[in-house]
Amino acid sequence: MAFAAPKETYPGKVFQIAIGADQSAVFGGENVLSFHSFEGNAPNRPVIAYEIQDIPPEDWPETVRKVYEGVSGDPVTWAKHCQNELKAKAIALRLIGTHPDRENRSPEEAAKIVKDVLSSINIPLIILGSNHVEKDAAVLVAVAEAAKDKNCVIGKAQEANYKTIAAAAMANHHKLIAMSELDINLSKQLNILITQMGFDKEKLITDPMCSALGYGLEYTYSVMERIRLAALTQNDATMQPPMLGDVGMYVWKVKETQAPEADLPYWGSLEERGIAWETVTAGALMVAGAELLIMRHPRAVKAVENFIDELM
Amino acid sequence: MALSGVEIFKLLPKTNCKKCGHPTCLAFAMKLAQRQASLDACPDVSEEAKRILGEASAPPVRPITFGTGPKSVKMGEETVLFRHEKKFVNPCAFAVEIKDTTADSEIDGIVAAVAASEIDRVGQKLRIDAIFVSNASNDPGRFEAAVKAVAAKAPEVPLILSTSNAAAADAGLKIVADKKPVLFGADESNAEAMANVAKTYKAILGVSARGLDALAALTEKIKSLGVEDMVIDSGARSAKEIIENNTLIRRAAIKKNFKALGYPVITLAQREEGMLETLIATLGVAKYAAIVVLSKVEKWKNLALFTCRQNIYTDPQVPMQVEQKIYKVGEPTPESPLMITTNFSLTYFIVSGEVENSKVPCRLAVMDSEGLSVLTAWAAGKFTASKISQFILESGIENEVKNKELIIPGYVAILSGAIEDKLPGWKVTVGPREANGIPAFLKSRA
Ligand code: B12
Ligand code: SF4
Repeated sequence: MAFAAPKETYPGKVFQIAIGADQSAVFGGENVLSFHSFEGNAPNRPVIAYEIQDIPPEDWPETVRKVYEGVSGDPVTWAKHCQNELKAKAIALRLIGTHPDRENRSPEEAAKIVKDVLSSINIPLIILGSNHVEKDAAVLVAVAEAAKDKNCVIGKAQEANYKTIAAAAMANHHKLIAMSELDINLSKQLNILITQMGFDKEKLITDPMCSALGYGLEYTYSVMERIRLAALTQNDATMQPPMLGDVGMYVWKVKETQAPEADLPYWGSLEERGIAWETVTAGALMVAGAELLIMRHPRAVKAVENFIDELM
Repeated sequence: MALSGVEIFKLLPKTNCKKCGHPTCLAFAMKLAQRQASLDACPDVSEEAKRILGEASAPPVRPITFGTGPKSVKMGEETVLFRHEKKFVNPCAFAVEIKDTTADSEIDGIVAAVAASEIDRVGQKLRIDAIFVSNASNDPGRFEAAVKAVAAKAPEVPLILSTSNAAAADAGLKIVADKKPVLFGADESNAEAMANVAKTYKAILGVSARGLDALAALTEKIKSLGVEDMVIDSGARSAKEIIENNTLIRRAAIKKNFKALGYPVITLAQREEGMLETLIATLGVAKYAAIVVLSKVEKWKNLALFTCRQNIYTDPQVPMQVEQKIYKVGEPTPESPLMITTNFSLTYFIVSGEVENSKVPCRLAVMDSEGLSVLTAWAAGKFTASKISQFILESGIENEVKNKELIIPGYVAILSGAIEDKLPGWKVTVGPREANGIPAFLKSRA
């Protein structure tokens, strides 16, 4: 029986996105499933952004908190450390301090932090709210303005607040993350709503919502695969934005990244376990279709970068 | 490729004799096409028809059981490329490599780590499934000694004997004859000799070639030599080659019913660096490997990989769930607290784990919510005040507890008033939101 390699080509293609004032981080653009360069075109590596936040990471577990000791006290120092020492390709600044249950910082304070961070780095910046729908609407409008023309990524627009956030991202020339909750139809609908406002579909990034290894990873994994298949096989433009895996935030709150080895000896080294949790979550989602990842631990980032080297 | 009912009908005797229990041959053919009947039921079917139908109805990826006894591993039988289409069938086996150049004491250590690797996660027992003994020395005597040492310490663990030297293969296999090991190392240069050894000891033959054309040609050749059970290695070692070859093999088997590649795939994931190895193994889990070979057993890595495999291999239609009932944690007395949660496995195991941690004996009422988590079930209308109160009333738990108090998850605090209305005489207490708050919560009440 002669073997004919069953290669597949698709009518659709993922939009390519370039972020940063100098457009230095580029992702998406493929017309095949992730890393299937053997049957089509996969021009860009996934981009990994280091996550930092506007307030010290006191609620991050020890394993990942300690690597930023001495730099995480203020976002500017932290951002510079990621750029200069860790050679980050992008930074994701999460404005968690604006959450009403946290420091409840005002949109103006957040805007100032964004300005300060932007003026101290030259790599692309992703600016994230605190995931409080009402507060994000105010905060993200202010920061989008503060970062005008810097070609940042603003996030996250959700069904309940997309209008103001999308309008601000559009007016100030940013890319936009649209997040819905683990449902391909909700995701499609949100992308449609946002583009109906006049927002360019080629400037969107879909966040189908992340979940950590062992805590629903399979849901995110399958939603991502389904979105990607819809983009490629049905040439469905509303499903063609690149996808985000907001990995660090979900991983570093589960028990496996926090429980000491002394309590659970059969789980092995806490440090390695935590890093492996972030590494595997990111790796699996990348294989399912994520091309922008937000991560925390430098060793996990390093491992995933090495993995990408081998995959490309 | 499955045959249609009409195609099958053409191969039947067409006498409508009814001996198969169906009114006509055509009716029987239709049942066969739907896999609701077995060809054995027709006593008159020709040998030729049996052969054609047997081949056509064989699963696209050959089912093979690796090892014997309680730790044997099922491989193959996969039917889809993406897990949302249908459940992936047989979770891949993790094997760890032991080189025959390793000192005896070190071999003992690795075998002990394999034996101790079993953990319980969300109600499933997960472990390093197999040991891959490799003939790094190229010396048959050393190989035999290493296989002997491993087999003696781990008699139940399925083994992969990796050597391309037929003499070493024979020496190793005779120690584990009849244990259905994998003999890994047949290639273009030694196919006849390896096929013979594999046949003698009824081993599964691991077949390697560089590239898929060569691999397909080689499996055909080996099949013609009389070996049917094979696992295949396309020579893919880098992540790029693994995703390409494993994908093409799976597609060829499933979409084209290409028999020469319809075998379980073995992926060698060994790397110097542990995190990278974990990622290559993750790729193997996600992309169609039936066996993933690792260089080291480390507890942290095992836990991450077991969990990844469990996630990828769960049924996408039916969340993992536990039985609805009132579970006892510790030895509760009539005074012990009563808590309620949903029957999503993950929820149940997290909550019961934390209740155990608290060392406070409890009753945990687990309500059938079709395997949904607390908030999902609440949002879907499956964890409501009326359903909860009905469940509590029907469970008869009232007669077992002294205080009619029900502790509900913090995330559904909003239900407390409505439950009290529907459960006269009961008091509802709102517990913490996250399960990790349960030990402190229970201790503070004790
Ligand atoms: C995975 C998921 C799904 C999966 C289902 C997974 C499953 N088997 O349940 C899918 C994709 C199918 C799904 C569907 C829906 N989902 Co959903 N889903 C989630 C998600 C991401 C995670 C849920 C999960 O697995 N949690 C982990 C388990 C272990 O948590 P848990 O059961 O709550 O248990 C914890 C605590 O409650 C506590 N606890 C549990 N029991 C007890 C008992 C006591 C006594 C105590 C003290 C504590 C306690 O301990 C546990 C650990 O801390 C959440 C968002 C999130 N991050 O939480 C949304 C979420 C639950 N979903 C939501 C919604 C709205 C839905 C849908 C209605 C809409 C939709 N998206 O389509 C559907 C409904 C499903 C249906 N059949 O109709 C909402 C609920 C909104 C709300 N606050 O009411 C959430 C919160 C997302 C959001 N922010 O909007 N979902
Ligand atoms: S037993 Fe065979 S020949 Fe008789 S009716 Fe059934 S299929 Fe036809």
